[in-house]
Amino acid sequence: MKPIYMDNNATTRVAPEVVEEMLPYFSEFYGNPSSMHTFGGQVAAKVEEAREKLAALLGAGPEEIIFTSCGTESDSTAIWAALRSNPDKRHIITTKVEHPAVKNLAEYLGSQGYRVTFVPVDGQGNLDLDYLYDHLSDDTAIVSVMWANNETGVIFPVEEIAARVTDHGAVFHTDAVQAVGKVPINLGENKVQMLSLSGHKLHAPKGVGALYVRRGTKFAPFLMGGHQERGRRAGTENVASIIGLGKAAELAAAHLEEENKRVKKLRDKLEKELLARIPNAMVNGNPEKRLPNTTSIAFEFVEGEAILLLMNEFNICASSGSACTSGSLEPSHVLRAMGVPFTAAHGSIRFSLSIYNSEEEVDLVIEKLPPIIERLRKLSPFWAEHRKKASCAC
Amino acid sequence: MWEYTDKVKEHFLNPRNVGEIEDADGVGEVGSLACGDALKLTFKVDENERIVDAKFKTFGCASAIASSSALTEMIIGKTVDEAAKITNEQIAEYLGGLPKEKMHCSVMGRDALEKAIAHYRGQPEKKIEGEIVCECFGVTDVQIRRAVNENKLASIEEVTNYIKAGGGCGNCHEKIQAIIDAELGRPAEKKPKPKRLTNIEKIRLVQETLEREIRPQLLQDGGNIELVDVDGDTVLVKLQGSCASCQMSQVTLKDYVEAKLKELVTDSLVVEEVR
Ligand SMILES: Cc1ncc(COP(=O)(O)O)c(C=O)c1O
Repeated sequence: MKPIYMDNNATTRVAPEVVEEMLPYFSEFYGNPSSMHTFGGQVAAKVEEAREKLAALLGAGPEEIIFTSCGTESDSTAIWAALRSNPDKRHIITTKVEHPAVKNLAEYLGSQGYRVTFVPVDGQGNLDLDYLYDHLSDDTAIVSVMWANNETGVIFPVEEIAARVTDHGAVFHTDAVQAVGKVPINLGENKVQMLSLSGHKLHAPKGVGALYVRRGTKFAPFLMGGHQERGRRAGTENVASIIGLGKAAELAAAHLEEENKRVKKLRDKLEKELLARIPNAMVNGNPEKRLPNTTSIAFEFVEGEAILLLMNEFNICASSGSACTSGSLEPSHVLRAMGVPFTAAHGSIRFSLSIYNSEEEVDLVIEKLPPIIERLRKLSPFWAEHRKKASCAC
Repeated sequence: MWEYTDKVKEHFLNPRNVGEIEDADGVGEVGSLACGDALKLTFKVDENERIVDAKFKTFGCASAIASSSALTEMIIGKTVDEAAKITNEQIAEYLGGLPKEKMHCSVMGRDALEKAIAHYRGQPEKKIEGEIVCECFGVTDVQIRRAVNENKLASIEEVTNYIKAGGGCGNCHEKIQAIIDAELGRPAEKKPKPKRLTNIEKIRLVQETLEREIRPQLLQDGGNIELVDVDGDTVLVKLQGSCASCQMSQVTLKDYVEAKLKELVTDSLVVEEVR
């Protein structure tokens, strides 16, 4: 049975066009782009072509793109680069809802003598901008704010923040892993200094990413060694994947409109119908400022893992906001930061669509999910109680 | 991925004995919505104290539901005395094993059974120490006080991270804050503002603090510090020994030396390094 894949914020299917573009670079054109001979040199030319395509998607110059091994490496590179090239500054600002790629690094740096400010969000997941600006100081080396949140899809006003932060003399970095390919980005028109992206979120393979570094930004490499990427990221290039990422960037540019029209329409239908058919369900996050493909829906009084496992019976793939596997049963830090009540946080499910989803698939989820929730609620001691009281103390 | 046995999956997909017995002889409730799992177990006995029926309602993940279902199957037909001997490992075994991060599900089953049997026998509930502050997680003032003291917790957020209290509805935040304040001796009167120091007093205090507090600490780590000058509020120092070559010397300077001087001399001091 073909999966009904609605977990595209976790990873995406590699586009067939991307696979096709990559294949020759495994067995036929396997040269090293750093080699002197034509056999390797032609590969280098292809890597540069990929760089140009990716730069075009972002409104950047090709020399501003560094290929990396993943979104996480891009995030680490950016943050360390800002700290190493501004050694007298000891303060970092980021948000409470970052992906672990930024959050855990920031927490580590906090334990190593840096001062770290985590900017809070409101109940809809919007960033407290005043809090951010109030904490900017001459000691602030870097401000790192994600473009869009992976769990709720909420979009932050990074362009506005970038202007304020750079005016203040700090470096501004954004983790745009979830934004690239889903919302228009034009780095020619904003002050973002560094931007991370990851191939596997936009129909390129896993294990390739990129970091945009604006011309003139002070930089220090994360991986040191050979002269690849003009000395900014040593290590022989993941040639085939980079070529795949270039192709995926080209496709993303072409599909941006579809993503924001057809995919958004599917997402909206899914959300609207589920909310209409399932009582005590609500959307997590600001519904107006969201990625077009993402919806996080809380189903009260049931637990996320159980929902996922029952959906799994129909080969429907989504993900839950609770970290039930960790044993702590703590709901996600993102929903916690938003103050989503536990009644809802534990039963939150994220659906993230892509251009490969069809209306039939959405209809099937709309049909299958309400009985799943109903079935679990029948098992839940709180549902009957809630029905009696019609209000919950917790 | 779910690493559940076929038996866990089967009990999850087809749970036995779901529901609640109206006039039950034993009732045991554990967990809460906030905790992420909860179980209500009810059973009925015959005149020989044999459990003839048992039902459950569970909020939780697949293994919590499967464990509850297994538990009811395990106790039906047993006498209360026999049932009382069931351990959480036996519940897990019955299901062909549980992933280790899911063992708490079997513990929850065992706890509910214990409570239901205590209820049946008319035994008083185990008395909890203190008074519940956080209703969502059932955390008492005694537990919060201990956590605050042992871990030097200074904010509600820290308390939540340590013992979950306050992480639910938030109704108890005021009470938690009051406990923190009481334990940390706050709101202690703000330290009286130190009177303005004359330059001579300031230099003497800086010297004293360096000698008494800071240098011994740095010496321990193979470093040293020399006072070069005090210019207004700027204290100029030279780092020596291992401090001079240390990557983290800026941290030492700002987070340790400057912080100490601010604390013990005056708040307005800034420390700068002369190389
Ligand atoms: C917002 C965000 N940042 C970073 C990452 C990490 O990317 P990668 O898996 O390529 O390291 C992800 C992927 O889950 C993400 O969603």
